[in-house]
Amino acid sequence: MQGPAFVKIDGVSLVYELAEEKTLAVEDLSLDIEEGEFVAVVGPSGCGKSTLMKLVTGLLNTTAGNITIGGKPVRGPVQGVGMAFQNSTLLPWRTTLENVMLPLEIVEPHKRNLRRNKKAYIERAMSLLKTVGLADFADKYPWQLSGGMQQRANLCRAIIHDPRLLMLDEPFGALDAFTREELWAVMQNLWMEKRFTAILITHDLREAVYLADKVFVMSKRPGKVILTKKVDIAHPRTLETTFEPHFGAIVHELRDHIHEVRVS
Amino acid sequence: MTSEKALQRAMPWLVTIGLFVFWEALCIVTGVEPFILPRPSLVFETTVQFAPQILHHSLQTLFTTTAGFALGVVGGALLGIAIGASKLVYNGLYPVLIGFNSIPKVAIVPVLVIWFGIGTVPAIITAFVISFFPIVVNVATGLATIEPELRDVLRSLGATKMEILTKIGLPRAMPYLFASLKIAITLAFVGSVIAETVASNEGIGYLMLSASSSYNVPLVFSGLIVVAVMGVLMYAVAVWFERRMTGWAFRGELIS
Ligand SMILES: Nc1ncnc2c1ncn2[C@@H]1O[C@H](COP(=O)(O)OP(=O)(O)OP(=O)(O)O)[C@@H](O)[C@H]1O
Ligand SMILES: [Mg+2]
Repeated sequence: MQGPAFVKIDGVSLVYELAEEKTLAVEDLSLDIEEGEFVAVVGPSGCGKSTLMKLVTGLLNTTAGNITIGGKPVRGPVQGVGMAFQNSTLLPWRTTLENVMLPLEIVEPHKRNLRRNKKAYIERAMSLLKTVGLADFADKYPWQLSGGMQQRANLCRAIIHDPRLLMLDEPFGALDAFTREELWAVMQNLWMEKRFTAILITHDLREAVYLADKVFVMSKRPGKVILTKKVDIAHPRTLETTFEPHFGAIVHELRDHIHEVRVS
Repeated sequence: MTSEKALQRAMPWLVTIGLFVFWEALCIVTGVEPFILPRPSLVFETTVQFAPQILHHSLQTLFTTTAGFALGVVGGALLGIAIGASKLVYNGLYPVLIGFNSIPKVAIVPVLVIWFGIGTVPAIITAFVISFFPIVVNVATGLATIEPELRDVLRSLGATKMEILTKIGLPRAMPYLFASLKIAITLAFVGSVIAETVASNEGIGYLMLSASSSYNVPLVFSGLIVVAVMGVLMYAVAVWFERRMTGWAFRGELIS
């Protein structure tokens, strides 16, 4: 690994202050992510995973420590990151297609070119919708879609503008097991095609191992990284992969660690 | 299923008719004098008899009401946006607005008469002032309650404050705006009629006042009913606009 990491989190702490009450959400957290890498962050509930995500995207400012993306320190919201949350944040007054195209109206250079190249951009959005199997639903409103479909559209919106960094905060958390596993494959395909850097926050250890090159395990609040596990399984992974002993062994190892931090 | 739907549809009419029947029966049974409480049939008769005058005055009221209401919508929406979008404006203006809204609007009519004289203008301004507040509050609420995640998605894309306002703030505030219009239009009638009663030579309020001073009580009731009917009609128009403009806020409910 040459040069400094693409995303570098160095000794970061964050304190939430609500009136008199202070909550130390993460403390002295450090981790490195290489460009084009897919990493997953797992840890007990309330350990500061969502907080970490907000710190990396600059939605929150660190109380102590530094975060750099592509060598540049993060101060204020980082431009052109892709984000997807657990509950899809599609806008109910826009159709699926219009929702997916939202980032193009905001992020340069697309914003500048959108009006002139409208057709090409619509095609681009449509082909993305097609890869996730939503082409027939482009003109439907979000509330006319199932939860799984909404989440697919949500993923499309998160990557339509070719972000270098994609942040996923439990995007599949609210879905049933079958849909979830289906979307893992969808996500993997998108990533293998575009090779953005991705940070996935999840409760599901199998999901983490299926998708990620590297899994970070966080401790209880205040969160810090207590284990970095490389997943040495070649992409593309399939549902078959998840039944292989090696896959199972990695999941078990992670589970043991999480169990330890939860009881400690 | 279908008969239940038909019943639902007929309910408002049934209740209204029932109310009038009850009123008629009450007058006959108690033998109350018409100049205390006239029977609805008498009110109806009077309405037909005075139709030209009533039409003239109700058009005047309709005009002052919609003019005041239109001003209220524009002014209320703009101020609501300013208050909802900026903490600074909110802190500065909200207490003043609350205080202002606590003043009974009848109390300002005499002041308006001193400024603008008797006539159309005080009625328009009173309708405006009274319909203004619910619009401001609703629009501001719509903007202030944007889901933080939605805001975060846009902020992480690098959206400016203005972009957040136009892409999610305003569309999201629309259902709130339209919901407030329904309240505001009926309040606007209250405002214009009050002002006409005190300070005008035209309009339903004036008609009612002059009718009552000549003890034509059926005509007074006729005026009341005309105002109520106009209120219901304008409310229906507001509902129609609401459904058309912000159908998404009702989700699938509309289609059934
Ligand atoms: N806006 C906030 N104000 C105050 N405290 C907060 C805020 N957001 C989170 N916290 C606190 O910070 C801690 C970490 O929260 P965070 O949302 O990052 O956890 P998480 O790891 O994402 O949990 P989960 O897995 O349940 O989503 C929690 O103890 C939470 O109570
Ligand atoms: Mg979380």
